[in-house]
Amino acid sequence: MTAPLLEVDDLAIAYRMGDHEQRVVHGVSFHVAPGEVVALVGESGSGKTTTAQAVLGLLAGNGRIERGAIRLSGTDIAGWSQRRLDAIRGAVVSLIPQDPGSSLNPVRTVGSQLAEVMQIHKRGDRKAIRTRVLDLLTRVGLMPAEMRARQYPHELSGGMRQRVLIAIAVALKPKLIIADEPTSALDVTVQRRILDLIDELRRENGTSVLLVTHDLGVAADRADRLVVLQGGRIQEQGPVKDVLAAPASAYTRRLLSDAPSLAKPRLRRSVGGDATDLAIEVDGLTQDFPIAGGGAKTFRALDGLSFKVRRGTTHAVVGESGSGKTTAARSIVGFLKPTAGRILVDGMDVTTLRGEALRRFRRHIQLVYQNPFGSLDPRQTVFHIVEEPLLNFEPIAAADRARKVRDMIGRVGLPEAFLTRHPRGLSGGQRQRVAIARALVLGPRVLVLDEAVSALDVTVQAQILALLDELQGTLGLTYLFVSHDLAVVQQISDTVSVIHKGRQVDGGPVERVFARPDSDYTRDLIEAIPGRGMPVLASNPDSRAGFI
Amino acid sequence: MTSRETGEDDLALIVEALPARPPWTARLKRLSPSLALSCLVIALVFTWTLLPQLFTGYSGTEGVPGEQLQPPSAEHVLGTDGLGRDLYARIVYGARYSLSGAFVAVAVGLLFGTLLGLIAGSRGGWLEALIMRLVDSLLAVPSLLLSLSIIVLLGFGTINVAIAVGAVSVARFARLARSEVVRVRRSDYVEAAFGSGGTFWAVLRRHVLPNSLTSVIALAALQFGSAILAISTLGFLGYGAPPPTPEWGLLIAEGRNYLSRAWWLTAAPGLVVVLVVLAADRISKSIQRSGA
Repeated sequence: MTAPLLEVDDLAIAYRMGDHEQRVVHGVSFHVAPGEVVALVGESGSGKTTTAQAVLGLLAGNGRIERGAIRLSGTDIAGWSQRRLDAIRGAVVSLIPQDPGSSLNPVRTVGSQLAEVMQIHKRGDRKAIRTRVLDLLTRVGLMPAEMRARQYPHELSGGMRQRVLIAIAVALKPKLIIADEPTSALDVTVQRRILDLIDELRRENGTSVLLVTHDLGVAADRADRLVVLQGGRIQEQGPVKDVLAAPASAYTRRLLSDAPSLAKPRLRRSVGGDATDLAIEVDGLTQDFPIAGGGAKTFRALDGLSFKVRRGTTHAVVGESGSGKTTAARSIVGFLKPTAGRILVDGMDVTTLRGEALRRFRRHIQLVYQNPFGSLDPRQTVFHIVEEPLLNFEPIAAADRARKVRDMIGRVGLPEAFLTRHPRGLSGGQRQRVAIARALVLGPRVLVLDEAVSALDVTVQAQILALLDELQGTLGLTYLFVSHDLAVVQQISDTVSVIHKGRQVDGGPVERVFARPDSDYTRDLIEAIPGRGMPVLASNPDSRAGFI
Repeated sequence: MTSRETGEDDLALIVEALPARPPWTARLKRLSPSLALSCLVIALVFTWTLLPQLFTGYSGTEGVPGEQLQPPSAEHVLGTDGLGRDLYARIVYGARYSLSGAFVAVAVGLLFGTLLGLIAGSRGGWLEALIMRLVDSLLAVPSLLLSLSIIVLLGFGTINVAIAVGAVSVARFARLARSEVVRVRRSDYVEAAFGSGGTFWAVLRRHVLPNSLTSVIALAALQFGSAILAISTLGFLGYGAPPPTPEWGLLIAEGRNYLSRAWWLTAAPGLVVVLVVLAADRISKSIQRSGA
């Protein structure tokens, strides 16, 4: 075996919090050989990003390496000053950051930002750098390069911005690229193209890649070796095939079983009753938005969306960002007035409701938001959050209200002790449970879930999905599940509508759409899902038990 | 709870242990020296307004014959003025006028400004446009000119000066309150509150108001300092309380005539104004930070 390019040896990192230090990485050791792709896999808070930042010397101001060594080609760089690190950052080790939206300077052209890394390291004169910039832009597929170089970040899509960041990372042909969740903010089809690009460039230059990701599927598809982190400790590491085929640690097994996958069976088939008993009926839903500064011009976000949902079943609306799926969800719960079309919920036409009638209608249908950090008022306690909807309708005695709130909190699997807490004292999964409790406390028949599990770690996601499934069984709820994640959709829905640029391109029972899609777009979407090579573990029955 | 859930739970515990909002006793222990000093200054000046006689044996308005224009000494800590009045006593007694004026000014600005901002931010549409353009035109006039015009309309006197200063700050409060309300109104939890059947007023009271007030309160503390400054300015120009009221601005104005012979007559009240304004500023900053 060749000498490793990067060797992390017994690394421990702590963050200063107020007057004490909180250790977040506990003695992590791994190595990356030349030309190898190693994936650091873990959930949020596992220390994977902290470890990667330490390699680049980019720990946050309150972070400190307590002990251990980071050897790059045999030299320990753990104690190096920022000035010394500057010489190797970009040239020997480079970074592809997570968020293409905020990682580029909005007031400079992409060409000049790409040239900057070469100017800093003094690679050639102006002319040579300019030629190289155009070469690189062409190489990462941004063409015509002359035009792209003159554009500003806001003129590019998320995928194109990520390409610019990749071009910056590979500009100086570094030996090691650290890719920190390089595609987490992107749609699956874009994600696949970006990962393909990183793969190609890596092979061309023989670069090693340290891939930091929460997505086991991405790691399974792209990495040679896996390092599984949990709570700042390595649970397991080894070649991808071995780890996935025979995971040694219980944690890896749990990650594998919780990861949504197309090959997995549905949680529980809904018992769709009478085919004519419809909970939601959407007919020709069309929504135009005025274009800012465009005068009377409008943008058509949704164009003739139609579907029917039987009571007690789950219907999924699937699409990528900008497809109009969230617009559809908001119209159905009555937050938007559609330009045309009809929406019947429990036989009532939502589009004709106004004022007090619309307010009364709210108890029939509730929305659960994507981001549980933004959908709960930070100043309310859990009790007040769940109680609030009850105050909006016929007065109920305080004791009855308290009993209902307790009952609901219990149903979503949270202990009563949480009632006095504020949202900031809860984890993401716990907050989403509170949001679900708030939505259900009025006893609605229909729940609209707008990417309700997308912001959660896979294990938490699996638990919330199990909870939703259980609630549907006991309360006879109808779900409208809006998502970009086909694997999750396949797992929990009965019927599906696929929308692309505002138009419905596919629709029907999930099995039919996934097995024989009508449109090329749906086929692309299905093929782009990472982790096709991942073995499928039976869903862990324990996922349902307990609270997160 | 089983062991496999510790990861998530630890995170929640860590989040809870974050220094953002520890219990206030712990916060008191970690109070920074500058903030502690600022609170002390404000508290001291406060007690001056309530119980001035505890702090000085001299009268604030009556001089001692034969002791005119004495420099600071053990007997007269800050010296005496042209009529033999103890300057320290005058500053202590004057706190009542300057501070109560500042309070009235801030109250006027806070009440009317926040109300306007709240209406504009929550209702939107033409009403918002109308209110905000009014506020803009209020901001376009130099503040001193505006307060002078209001005083001319209302007549001279401490309270009228305070109302004039407060009226000028209505625009700033309205702008800030509106932007905060707009920010909160866009949040998911406000939409969720409407989505669960909340009426406009209920949502305003339960979510919008509590979540947008922190910054406004911080501005009020800041404005308290500038109000003292503005009231002193107007007192200095002769629009405030008539002599022999020991209002701070008036003290500075009277001392101006003796600037070459008795520097302490302007320096001491000036320094007190500076200290109080700085203290209010520091407290405002910490309110703002605790809200963020």
